[in-house]
Formats: sequence, structure tokens, C-alpha cells
Amino acid sequence: MNLTLHIWRQDGPRDGGAFQTYQAKDISEHASFLEMLDVVNEELIKAGQEPIAFEHDCREGICGSCGMMINGVPHGPRGMIATCQLHMRIFNDGDEIWIEPWRATAFPVIRDLVVDRGAFDRIIDAGGYISVRTGSAPDANATPVHKHDADRAMDAATCIGCGACVAACPNASAMLFTAAKVTHLGLLPQGQTERYARVVDMVHQHDAEGFGNCTNHGACQEACPKGISIDTIARLNRDLMVASWAAAGE
Amino acid sequence: MRRVVALYRSSVGKKVLMAVTGFVWFGFLLAHMAGNLGAFLGQEHFDAYAEHLRVVGEPMLPEYSALWAFRAVLIATFIAHVVLAWQTSRQSHQARAVGYRKQENLSFSPASRFMRWGGVLILVFLVYHILHMTTGTLHPDFIAADASGHNAYHNLVTGLSNPLVAAFYVLALTAVAAHLFHGVWSLMQTLGAAHPKYKHLRRPVATIVAALVFLGFVSVPVSVLAGILR
Ligand code: HEM
Ligand code: FES
Repeated sequence: MNLTLHIWRQDGPRDGGAFQTYQAKDISEHASFLEMLDVVNEELIKAGQEPIAFEHDCREGICGSCGMMINGVPHGPRGMIATCQLHMRIFNDGDEIWIEPWRATAFPVIRDLVVDRGAFDRIIDAGGYISVRTGSAPDANATPVHKHDADRAMDAATCIGCGACVAACPNASAMLFTAAKVTHLGLLPQGQTERYARVVDMVHQHDAEGFGNCTNHGACQEACPKGISIDTIARLNRDLMVASWAAAGE
Repeated sequence: MRRVVALYRSSVGKKVLMAVTGFVWFGFLLAHMAGNLGAFLGQEHFDAYAEHLRVVGEPMLPEYSALWAFRAVLIATFIAHVVLAWQTSRQSHQARAVGYRKQENLSFSPASRFMRWGGVLILVFLVYHILHMTTGTLHPDFIAADASGHNAYHNLVTGLSNPLVAAFYVLALTAVAAHLFHGVWSLMQTLGAAHPKYKHLRRPVATIVAALVFLGFVSVPVSVLAGILR
């Protein structure tokens, strides 16, 4: 199949950047979206031009690095997958495809489609961990966890930190990312010690990074390749209210 | 107060305060709507109700004092709501300083996208509404309350008999209904009400509430235009 691609090219963080149009020729419908870009890049290299920079690592939907906006939807139109799992067969011969980097002040563009998601790491640093004695593994089932909680914690833990929630959010808020971590750790017994300090510190870091304010549009959960629910955000809100209430009363 | 300040400091806390202040106004809207529907019980009933608001609490409290205490709460919560809306909107605009060339709308209700402009329309309406029905400044045939009682019914009917004025009321109420359609749902989400057993009720509850408020309020200008209320 043949496609017309409009791709955001930007030489570096300080470059203005612009869309460039490319023709992708003879693309196999079995190719993944990233393989299609590989083909385009080979042609660019042969022609002595700079290849399109995009991030990728696992190419199986678990590392979270390959995010890009495809025709206005994070990770493309399929839903519940990352860009690397998107196949060209869902497009039609002759389609035009617009490819842009995530747009958020907290995710500055490094080059072309690659953005710096370091803000996520700093939100995790602020409280997305538990403090326990490490060393020998504890006995299995030494700490009982209700099946219901374990399931919900696992659902939240599937977050791969790709940033699609921020990219889709009309407010460029990272509340779904933050809430997934708060929910994952806050539901488990090991996460209780730091539960309320965690939510305050992580939300504080979220705001300091320059993410926007969640207004419950729900676009994030539509965009999330792992289908994480905004119920996690309701839970974060509840924990934050309890934390603010308790802290100010001290 | 320290607790309020603690909430105010974070983006999530600001939303909590918006939800609470929005909820106060939601409660007011229901009471206001019930009062308006009293117009269908006739002029005497309606004027007596208006008079009653003035003297609530008597003889324990001087006249107007309960009314003004109530108004103070409404004014304070409204200002807080608008200031918070402005602050959080600004935070979000800065967070997406550069936009997309193409962006699909993945939000699950169009009403959520209309909160900010809809809110501004509500604010404009509110100013007009007070100058129209409370002070009478913008009312062509306003009779102020005096010792002989209230003329609220007269003011209501003559004020809404101009089709343009009635149309503006209906437009503003559409914005209020849209604001509540998202706002009431959003309020439950913001305050953490997402229990797996009940969360599926949030959408229907918000829809019913928005529809009730719309129909309850709109019935009055429509009935005036139709000649039912005279
Ligand atoms: C100038 C007037 C107003 C403006 C600019 C405004 C703006 C906003 C904005 C931006 C939001 C946040 C959207 C969200 O969280 O999804 C909101 C939420 C809300 N508003 Fe208003 N609003 C106004 C008046 C009102 C009035 C009169 C009411 C009462 C009927 C009201 C009730 C609510 C409620 C219940 C929420 C949901 C709170 C939340 O969950 O965050 N608003 N408003
Ligand atoms: S490359 Fe790892 S998730 Fe796509």
C-alpha cells in the first residue's frame, strides 16, 4: 500500500519545527506502524537525508516508549494498544496520516517525534514507591491481599508510563498516570505506610512539572493502551481529601 | 480554614473546592426552581412567597437578615467557583502551550468541553438576571416591593413577556443544564464517589438532574409567552 505521511520534524529542543510530507511506498499491510516508519527512514538515509527520530524499544507494548499522535489519536485509531502494536492493515491504500509528538509543556520535544518524559520519573520519585525491608523474598501469602484489591491493584499497575493520557487530555493533565500509581500502591498492604504522604507529594510534583488540571473529560482512559480507568482518579481524589484534612488538623 | 487552604494548594484540591461550591449552587438552583414553579399556583401565592423570603427568621431576626446571610453564602461560593475555574483553566492552557494540528475529541461528553464558555455565559446571565428581576434596573415595568407587599408576580410576567428576553433566559438555562450534565457527574468523580456498585448510576443521575432543572425553569418563560401565566 502507498501512503502520504505528514510528519512533525524538529531539529532539536530549540528548533521551531514544521510538518514535512513524505510518500511511503509499497508498505506491507502486515507491517507494524514502526516498521513502516523504518522503511521510510531507509529511503531517507539512502537519499542522504536525516531519518525521522522516534522512540521505541520493546516493540511489544510493554516499555511505553513508542508513543506518538497518529491522526489526532495517541497510539493511533485502534485503541488498547501501543503504536508498536498498530498494524498497517487498519489503514487503506492512499490514506493520509498525520504524525505528531505528544504535546505538553511538561513533555518538551527533544527531536521530531521524541519527547522528554522525565517529568513522569520525577512524579514517581516523589512518592511512587514503598519503603520495605529488601533482601530475602518474603513467604508467599505471608501478607494476605483480598482478591478484589489484588485485581484492581494489578489493573492499575499495568500502566507503562507512555504518556498517552497526557497527550489525549484537553488539559494536558497527567492525573491518570499519577492516579494509576497511587491506586496500585494504595490498595496493597505494603503501600499503606506512605499512602497519604504519597498522594500529596505526587500531586504536588505533578503540578510542579507543569501538567494541567484534570476536569474529568475521560479522554485519558479512551487513549490508554492498557485501558486504565478513571476510577483510579476518583480514588486519588479521595485519598488527597483525606490527606489534606488530616494534615491540616494536626 | 487551614484545611481549605491545604486543599487550595493543589490542583486536585482546587477541584474539590469547585465541586463543593458548585454543589452549593446546585442546591440553590433546586430551591429557586421550586420557588419559581409557585407562579403556577397564582399571583397571591407567588407574591406571598417573595414576601416570606424577606421576613424569614422574624421575629428572631430583623427582616432581610436571613435573606442577606443566604445571599452572602451564594456570592462567596460563586466568586470562589469562578476564581478557581479561572486558575485551573490557566494552569491547563499553560500545560498545552503548543497544540496539535489534528486532535480527535476523545472526551465522553460534549458538555465537558463547554464548561468554561458555558460558565462565562452563566455569569453574564446572572448579572443580567439580578439587574432584571431583583433590582429592576433593566426591567421596563418594574414595581419595587413596598409596605403593601411584593409585586414579584407582576415583575415576572411583564419581564418575560418580551420574546427576546425570554429567549435569552432559555439560552442561559440551556448552558446551566449542560453545566450540570457534566458538573453533577464530575462532582461525584471529583469527590471520589466511584464505588463499583453505584458508579453506573452517576451518568443517569446527572442526566435526570440536568433535565429536571431545565424543564422546571424553562416552563416559566414558555408559559408566559404562551399566555398561560398572565
Ligand atoms: C461564571 C460562572 C461559572 C463558571 C466560569 C464555571 C466554570 C466551571 C468550570 C471550568 C468547571 C470545571 C469543569 C470540570 O471539573 O469538569 C466547573 C464545574 C462545576 N460547576 Fe461551574 N462555572 C460557573 C457557574 C456555575 C454555577 C452557577 C453552578 C451551579 C449550578 C456551577 C456548578 C458546577 C459544578 C457542580 C461543577 C463540577 C465541579 C467539579 O467536579 O469540579 N457552576 N464550572
Ligand atoms: S516500543 Fe515498547 S511499548 Fe511500543
